[in-house]
Amino acid sequence: MAELSYRYAVAEGLAREMRRDPAVVVLGEDVAAAGGVWKTTQGLLDEFGPERVWDTPISEQAIVGAAIGAAMTGLRPIAEIMYADFLGVCWDQIANQAAKLRYMTAGQLTVPLVIRTIHGGGVAKGAQHSQSPENWALAVPGLRVACPSTPADVVGLLAGAVRADDPVVVFEHKGLLGSKGEVPDDEHVLELGRAAVRRRGTDLTIVALSATVRLALEAAAELEGQDVSAEVIDLRTLVPLDAGCVLESFKRTSRLLIVEENPRQGGWGAQIAALVAEEAFWYLDAPITRVAGESVPLPAARGLENAVLPSADQVTETALKLART
Amino acid sequence: MTTAGAVAGDPRALLPPDAPVRLLDDEGGLHEADAFPLDLKDADLVALYRFMVLARRVDRQAINLQRQGQLGVYASLLGQEAAQVGPAYALGDPDWVFPSYREMGAALVRGIDPAAILHMFRGTWLAGHDPYDANFALLSIPIGTQALHAAGFAMAAKLDGAGLVAMSFFGDGATSEGDTHEALNFAAVFDAPCVFWVQNNQYAISVPLSLQTRAPTIAHKAVGYGMPGYRCDGNDVLATYAVARRAVDRARRGGGPSLVEAVTYRMEAHTTADDPSRYRTETELGEWRAKDPIARYETFLRREGLLDDALSEEVEQEARELVARVRGEIYDAPHGDPLELFEHVYVEPGPHYDEQRRQLRRELDGAGEA
Repeated sequence: MAELSYRYAVAEGLAREMRRDPAVVVLGEDVAAAGGVWKTTQGLLDEFGPERVWDTPISEQAIVGAAIGAAMTGLRPIAEIMYADFLGVCWDQIANQAAKLRYMTAGQLTVPLVIRTIHGGGVAKGAQHSQSPENWALAVPGLRVACPSTPADVVGLLAGAVRADDPVVVFEHKGLLGSKGEVPDDEHVLELGRAAVRRRGTDLTIVALSATVRLALEAAAELEGQDVSAEVIDLRTLVPLDAGCVLESFKRTSRLLIVEENPRQGGWGAQIAALVAEEAFWYLDAPITRVAGESVPLPAARGLENAVLPSADQVTETALKLART
Repeated sequence: MTTAGAVAGDPRALLPPDAPVRLLDDEGGLHEADAFPLDLKDADLVALYRFMVLARRVDRQAINLQRQGQLGVYASLLGQEAAQVGPAYALGDPDWVFPSYREMGAALVRGIDPAAILHMFRGTWLAGHDPYDANFALLSIPIGTQALHAAGFAMAAKLDGAGLVAMSFFGDGATSEGDTHEALNFAAVFDAPCVFWVQNNQYAISVPLSLQTRAPTIAHKAVGYGMPGYRCDGNDVLATYAVARRAVDRARRGGGPSLVEAVTYRMEAHTTADDPSRYRTETELGEWRAKDPIARYETFLRREGLLDDALSEEVEQEARELVARVRGEIYDAPHGDPLELFEHVYVEPGPHYDEQRRQLRRELDGAGEA
């Protein structure tokens, strides 16, 4: 086990997959010589050379579209889109091409492609560089969606994504880049669709993802002091969704709190709420509750941005109310 | 570390010729051009004719099938036979084609069963052809998206050292799409072995080329990407072949991509869902009818002694048989198993899809009992 930053874990996870499989190539803006604007591809050019680490023009459609074409040859391209907000620029290639080519050719064509991107607010980058659009990807059958919350999960989920034969969108959270954690030295592969129970508890289930896992854990620690025992689930992937893990936990606690950074309007938490309402309605002891980003563009002003994003205090307060309902 | 700054060289070398490359005149007389040599044997010359005739007959059958309600929609290639058969014939078997939806002619040359293409327009479950069978990608209905796949495919092929060339077919309208721009730029920057083959058939549905671009010609756009632009008479199959051959050879030798504009005309409606009498004149149509690619080529072949009535009838007979088989296959096409609905969304769809399939099974069984 070595302690790595989340940022370094990305580069480490990519390098491990590139060492393992010569068909893995990385492409995107500033990923080679600069090591990525987020320094998440640092060292790849030195180790693997320009044949496998491609600095591209500023062309998001082409980054994804060319990766699709390259994937048809048997390569396993990992495309970086610098900000998740820019998924909008190449959405046609993601949602109408990558996600559908396998289906439209009756499985004759597969697109083993990973699209890595940075999402998340909290660093005052404004409305067009701070979103958490994992709910966009969630809405497209054919895509898999992974959102690692720890350095170990970054390595494990990247490995799982690269080895999956379906297109996977991996969201790395910019607020977590500096966070640190233990990463196994040996091969570490997480199968997509396996949630992690980060903390055991009996009074309520908190379902979180990516950066909101930390908020949920902070809140759970605070709640413990107030005699409320919260279970914290890190979904890790939205597609496939580990419904079994959520339902098993919820059926024990009968109270559900969902903490999501994307806007409440159409956010992934609504999907979890629907799941529990459909599958475990009679276990409910209190209304399903969501703490979500406000349904507004993210302001650049820090004070305003903080008001939009979920906070640990907000999770604690909401959980207390829920536990006492 | 790559060097900063654009590639040196005289940009004028990238410019298209003043007039489209044309090897056959209106009377079918051959005027060879040194820059675009023809390396075709007699059998090849006859094969080009055969493919054009078959394409036209299958195309007519497809329109009729649509009129009979057998196909949802169909996009005709009438008038563009030479603009498709020539470039497809210039490719080698290992090369790849990334077509748009109007590429029946190119598909025939690649050895795709035309019935497979029509299954797609019919919506026979599932997709018509396997892209890996003849290295012919899925027909792209969205405009210009396939240009990017060709660029990426070519980039990967270059890495592979396989000597493959990817050829992307698209129309004049697609040159206004961002995808096409990014594909041309990407392919040029990465020296990808790619040929961008534009069939300028003058209209994007109803919008004429003059409303699509202010560039002197589509081929001129190549200069902006740092690749050669070629322009040829798209109704002259020898010109389309020779120009494509040059672009393909250049790509295969490591010279990078090219943009080729084949100037042609869409004699039919955009698709069977379109009425072109609303936006173009009978006079214009008549002018292009006189430039028919098959008639002109037939005159050439007869003059060369390569085509006589017997051979012509032989090709017509082959076309009749092919068309009859295709028609029969479409009439008899299965409706498919609804339970296959949930296959192929993912490689491993998982329990969520298993449950949906079970539910549909129950509903179908219930409907059967009612």
